[in-house]
Amino acid sequence: MQGLFSALTPAEIEAIRLSLKVSAVSVVASLPLGFALSWLLARFQFPGKALLDSFIHLPLVLPPVVIGYVLLVLFGRRGPLGMWLEETFGLVFAFRWTGAALACALMGLPLMVRAIRQSLESIDRRLESAAATLGAGRWMVLATVTVPLCLPGIFTGMLLSFARSLGEFGATITFVSNIPGETQTLPLALYNFTQVPGADLQALRLCILSVILAFAALLASEFLVRRANRTIYGDAH
Amino acid sequence: MRIEVDVEKALGGFALKMAFASESPVTALFGRSGCGKSSVLNLVAGLLRPDRGRIAIGDRVLFDSSSGIDLPPAQRRVGYVFQDGLLLPHLSVRQNLLYGRFFTPQAERWADIDQIVALLDLAPLLERRPHRLSGGEKQRVAIGRALLASPRLLLMDEPLASLDAGRRGEILYYIERLRDEVRLPILYVSHEIEEVVRLAEQMVLLSDGAVAAAGTMQDLMGRIELRRLIGRYEGGAVIEAKVAAQDLKSGLATLAFAGGELLLPDVDALVGEMLRVRIRARDVSLALERPKDISVINCLKGRVAEVGAEPGTSVDIRVDVAGTAILSRITRHSAERLALAEGKEVWALVKAVSLDRHSVGYA
Repeated sequence: MQGLFSALTPAEIEAIRLSLKVSAVSVVASLPLGFALSWLLARFQFPGKALLDSFIHLPLVLPPVVIGYVLLVLFGRRGPLGMWLEETFGLVFAFRWTGAALACALMGLPLMVRAIRQSLESIDRRLESAAATLGAGRWMVLATVTVPLCLPGIFTGMLLSFARSLGEFGATITFVSNIPGETQTLPLALYNFTQVPGADLQALRLCILSVILAFAALLASEFLVRRANRTIYGDAH
Repeated sequence: MRIEVDVEKALGGFALKMAFASESPVTALFGRSGCGKSSVLNLVAGLLRPDRGRIAIGDRVLFDSSSGIDLPPAQRRVGYVFQDGLLLPHLSVRQNLLYGRFFTPQAERWADIDQIVALLDLAPLLERRPHRLSGGEKQRVAIGRALLASPRLLLMDEPLASLDAGRRGEILYYIERLRDEVRLPILYVSHEIEEVVRLAEQMVLLSDGAVAAAGTMQDLMGRIELRRLIGRYEGGAVIEAKVAAQDLKSGLATLAFAGGELLLPDVDALVGEMLRVRIRARDVSLALERPKDISVINCLKGRVAEVGAEPGTSVDIRVDVAGTAILSRITRHSAERLALAEGKEVWALVKAVSLDRHSVGYA
């Protein structure tokens, strides 16, 4: 008989593995876009800037189900983007773990952009000017000054997005459903157990696992942010 | 190398419109805060874009609105030492020093790492991080970093402003060494006449975004009408003199200049060296006859060349001492009592102790 603290079952391991995979891929894949958007918003004035800013923040305020539904309409196998992507790149999102990652990326994007943008805005821009007078072109300044000085913000943004992905439920279940081994991440598996009579123990085990994962992610990011800050500003920070 | 700047730029609040050219090793841009000095450096470095004009170093045009030339900062090859150093905080001192060098084409690297490190005594700092450096050390690294990018021109924006008095003398010394050992034209911005007199041969006097006067240090410092811009307290004639003798017993050095000799205490220079000495106008008294039994050692015979026209209780007098201008600031009351007028023979009295080491620099 399975107890509260007995070894992980293959199904639980699968859910954890899938959760980590989906979250990691969503964070890594959305980072370039997240940084580009943050940079655009922090450094440039352009018409429609407020609109873009609001648009990025939509997932934060809309019910996740809405995002999931919109993704389903756009990226489903019959959706305009879904059809094009499948024909051109053979890339399918609908009912695949990649779709879960897409949903997570979108849900985490506003958090990521907020953190990176704030960090970008706090950089002394005269440091970039100094680098330019030393011969660094625009992109070199970005790569050797802006990005390194922004690392604490990038790490924070990645963590927030990662944490959001670990907990993502509504958009994922709406867009890619709840398929064990393919799209059934930890929260979805937990939800499943809460719907089955007599599965309280299994639910509780997944609940504890979620807490442990979240904690680990927070600690890891705190460590990275501190280290980045220390490298840049010394022990005072 | 000839530096030409002729620019117009509307800046929030005032319009900058100025033109000057210089071939001197160090050209000082001098003026009060807010006169547009730093903006000129930003225009030369390409961090600000002129509305109209032309900027050139030698035959290399950096900006020319009439032919549409506008090199980006990275291609101007202009070194910039900022007021607060602006070292890259995520890099070590060594990496900061090599940063600009990395972007310099191999063929154009004239700056030698070992030479620059030795010149600025940077060796003990190389592995440190910028946040572990004192203000003066930061500024030395900033100068070294700018030099190692092998620039054609060095811009210095009040590099001493953020330092305390002790460190200022130290950095000033390094800048003098740099001026004398590295052949590189320098545009030096400051609002401290003391620094400017020590370092520069040419001065561009700025006021309200325009050039009020430009010329040699000696010429500008000897002009009464510019005293208002230079500052009443610190202003005074600058003379160039050669150390003729050092008397170890009295501690006095004899400085020979065109108009005669000056005796000064504690001059840290060898016989034969050329010095530039600023004699503050308020430290110079005038007498109609050579006084006897007086503590003042330096009595220079000359003629009144100009009596200042500005109203007020005191008046500036320019005395011509065998071709060298000496300024004196005395009360109007005294000037009237002595009936000082152009052509009158006078003795200019300069207390030796009024000329401290801040007034003397290597020419």
